[in-house]
Amino acid sequence: MARPTSAADAAGLGTGRAIAFVLPALTLIAVFLVFPALWTIYLGLTDYRLTGTAAADPRLVGTANYTGALTDPRFLSSLWLTVLYVGGSAVIGQAGLGFTLAWTLRTRTGPLRRAVEGVVLLSWILPSTVVGFLWFALLDRDDGTLNALLHTPGLAWLLDHPLLSIIVFNVWRGTAFSMMLYSAALENVPPSHLETARLAGANVPQQLRDVVLPAIRRHILTNLLLISLWTFNDFTPFVLTGGGPEGRSEILPVYVYRVALKDGQLGAGAAISFLILLINLVLALAYLRLLRGRRQRRRHQEIAAAGGPPA
Amino acid sequence: MIRHTLGRLATTVVIAAVLALFALPMLWLASAPFDDTPAITTSIPDFTLRNFAAILDNPYALGSIRNSLIQGGGAAALVVVLAALAAYALSRVRVPGRDALLYLLLLLSSVVTGTAAMVPIFELATRLGLIDTHLGVILVVSGGLLPAAIFILKDFMDDTPTSYEESARVFGATPLQILRHIVIPLVRPGLATIAVWALASVWGGFLFQFILLRDPEKAPGSVILYTLYTEGGAPKLDLISTFSLLYSLPVVAMYLFVSKRYGFRFHGGIKT
Amino acid sequence: MRLPSRPALIGVIAALALTSCGTGGGPDESSTTLTIAANSIEGGKNAESAQWIKQWVIPEFEKTHPNVKVLFQPSGVDDEQYKTKIALDLKSRTGADVIDLDGIWVGEFAQAGYIKPLTEVGGATVEQWEGWSQIPQAVQGLGIFDGKKYGLPQGTDGRVLFYNKTLFTKAGLPATWQPRSWQDIIDAGTRLKAAGVPTPIQLNAGTAMGEATTMQGLLPLLAGAGAEIYTAGKWTGASPAMKDALALYQRVYGGSGLGDPKLQQEAKGRDKSFARFAEGKIGILAESDYFWRSVIEPKAGVAPMKDRDQAVGYAKIPAKQPGSGIRGQDYVSMSGGAVRVLNPFSKNPRLAWDLLAFMHSAAATKAQLAGQVRISARTDVNDEVLTADPMLKYIADDVLPLTAYRPGLAVYPQVSTALQEATAAVVSGRSADEAATAYQAKLEGIVGGAANVSG
Repeated sequence: MARPTSAADAAGLGTGRAIAFVLPALTLIAVFLVFPALWTIYLGLTDYRLTGTAAADPRLVGTANYTGALTDPRFLSSLWLTVLYVGGSAVIGQAGLGFTLAWTLRTRTGPLRRAVEGVVLLSWILPSTVVGFLWFALLDRDDGTLNALLHTPGLAWLLDHPLLSIIVFNVWRGTAFSMMLYSAALENVPPSHLETARLAGANVPQQLRDVVLPAIRRHILTNLLLISLWTFNDFTPFVLTGGGPEGRSEILPVYVYRVALKDGQLGAGAAISFLILLINLVLALAYLRLLRGRRQRRRHQEIAAAGGPPA
Repeated sequence: MIRHTLGRLATTVVIAAVLALFALPMLWLASAPFDDTPAITTSIPDFTLRNFAAILDNPYALGSIRNSLIQGGGAAALVVVLAALAAYALSRVRVPGRDALLYLLLLLSSVVTGTAAMVPIFELATRLGLIDTHLGVILVVSGGLLPAAIFILKDFMDDTPTSYEESARVFGATPLQILRHIVIPLVRPGLATIAVWALASVWGGFLFQFILLRDPEKAPGSVILYTLYTEGGAPKLDLISTFSLLYSLPVVAMYLFVSKRYGFRFHGGIKT
Repeated sequence: MRLPSRPALIGVIAALALTSCGTGGGPDESSTTLTIAANSIEGGKNAESAQWIKQWVIPEFEKTHPNVKVLFQPSGVDDEQYKTKIALDLKSRTGADVIDLDGIWVGEFAQAGYIKPLTEVGGATVEQWEGWSQIPQAVQGLGIFDGKKYGLPQGTDGRVLFYNKTLFTKAGLPATWQPRSWQDIIDAGTRLKAAGVPTPIQLNAGTAMGEATTMQGLLPLLAGAGAEIYTAGKWTGASPAMKDALALYQRVYGGSGLGDPKLQQEAKGRDKSFARFAEGKIGILAESDYFWRSVIEPKAGVAPMKDRDQAVGYAKIPAKQPGSGIRGQDYVSMSGGAVRVLNPFSKNPRLAWDLLAFMHSAAATKAQLAGQVRISARTDVNDEVLTADPMLKYIADDVLPLTAYRPGLAVYPQVSTALQEATAAVVSGRSADEAATAYQAKLEGIVGGAANVSG
């Protein structure tokens, strides 16, 4: 069954009322989001600093901040780290574990399900500063809980495996969102279709591929898009590693923080933020293309199936 | 049948392992606040309640949690109401360029929530007279959260059936009545989830809250948590651990309330 | 039932905005209001200073100025964040009338036009202030930029080597110790190592320790090798002195086992080094007198040592060899300190100066020190107060005459980061020469080319 179309205007809203519904949000967004964002993009074209002579008299420097960033090996390594971080913690970790949890918990009720959901959600809602302390206690080299459990005294997780540490940390931190989104999406998969597939002898991977994934594809892509964007702009690992050791966990938001706040180079920081936006745009376009490409291919198949054997 | 039972047993083991993995880091929050000499690591506490007495002596600690509730609650309410209205309209009426606009706003929100937008945000708030007000914090953080909230809600409103709305319309209901009595109940768990998400996002936020507020009587918990250090930047762990616990409780309480009352998920459960 | 329409909603938001402005606490029309901003807060960071302002400065000043209401705006956060907030305030020409700043920020704030010389804001009476004669010239330097006085110094500190006498005795070293060269430090470290001390020497390094690496580590070493980081308009690059300083890092961290390289890389490494010293696991540690006052202080310290006065010794930081330090000195140190400035956009600048001068009077300074001993800017007060603590008297009498200060320029924080990165490179195994070369390249990028770099 096709999902309900939204173009029908079922509630008889009409364009006028629709605009009235959207306008409060858009006004707030325009004033407190679009305006400062454009201003920030403008600052990226100047040598503006928080203090010093460049604060009193900022000059337009054109694309110098952009060329400066793109030729800075720290930026490039930071970009690569961010790609690994997003890929590892969001796309594979959060989405993978989130789906696994949603799928395995789907048919369960009772205390185990409630406990898992509760603890996964708790990881998501605890304040980030508090979370930093929690993970120190877990990963500490001398008296960390993890070393005590694994009998690996003195293993400095945050120093020897900084990227892996923040990836695992972010999986812990953010899986809740994917789990909730997929749980909701799985409710929309008609049980009868699954039943049919099972009776036809399909095993679980086949059921997932043939029945579940096509039904929830749109949600998968929405989820991947959102968590990728969020992870790309996630500053929280800073509380764990401070970007170190030697920049080995300095993902882009931490890099921006260092340039803009620690070094006071607000112009350069703004330029890098805009670069991040452009990278995110590429990411978003890639997901959209994936979504659209699949949809078209699917329609193709449907047409082919309906039209009998291909010529 | 045996295979099925074994499989179920195996998944139970896996789920239990995940449960342990997620619960492990939280041990510190359960032990350190009650420890006579809390350290950066988890240990069996030398039990005391002295740390709680010490944090209650701090003149700003409890007030800051109230401020967090005002700012987080205000932002959550504003985000849910405005995002629900916008998402509903965008879901039901075709506006040209709607999707492109949403993506663009989503991308811009990442610029504004970063460090680099600090000066523009501050100057804007100064000119609007929003410095040192709860409202200033609420409006600024809501601006950053709204695009994602609209995006998620629209996605789920797209999935709710329109047949109820059509029948209600046949019986002469106005669009706002339809929204209030039909659509909102359908997406209520989603709205509640967005509210907790917004609250949790605001709850841990530091930078904007810090630069926008002046009077520590208005500072939220995230800012006060940062003051519990020495002049040389060493953490006072007795105060920090205890305050961390107190400061996390309201979010947890709100989650428990929401999940009991509305169910903590994105969807209302009416199958299409 | 209708939801509020769009204009109504905007109206509600606007009304909320207006009322919240109204409740922002406008000053009473009939009296004048002055505000003090400081990076201290009751119950948190620098609580004593906050208490002093609220319970002593404000009531005492209001007693003699009946029509003036003084308010306090506490912060108590990370220095960088406090600096950001003050800079934003001054940039938009608002903010408190009397403002606490770290002395190192004076230059960049002056360059930005955020602060003005005291005489320009407070008037001619500034020069006649009685306090100037009580503040040593070097300490006054904390508030001076380009030869002009921008702020009144609050106090200063000095850096020394702290050592654990118990461990020294165990290693057969004298309980009263004063190294005369870097070699003496290394030798002591080697003896401690042989006696089984886990970390003989803690010399701050790396970026995780931040400014503590620069102030407690590289700059005192550089001074001991005869160079300052900024002299005669040029920044020190990969000079022989810089290479000497980095070479000492290499001797401590490059496989000798004298220092713990991982401790320098950990995000909480400095806190841990404090705890380890207090537990008797570190033999020698370079720190400011802050370490004595607030870290290992027996009662309220963050890593208290109950037997501090018996078990902990302190020694001046030696030059590389006797006489090889800056100005031909045998011993060196580094100092910093906070200042208070006037807001040039104050509505009552003269009155603000009165308040500022009052906060730096002998009576006020003594009240501020009540119950704790630290080095104030005023000689008259120090003479009276410091007798209570031999350690701080030692700093004031023996260390401050040798000390040096950092240059207060806007690019300094970036130069400091580059220095930290150079030490981090050595700690992670690169040679001193490699680290110095990479630092030189980085420095040239920061300060605008090789023309501004010496070496």
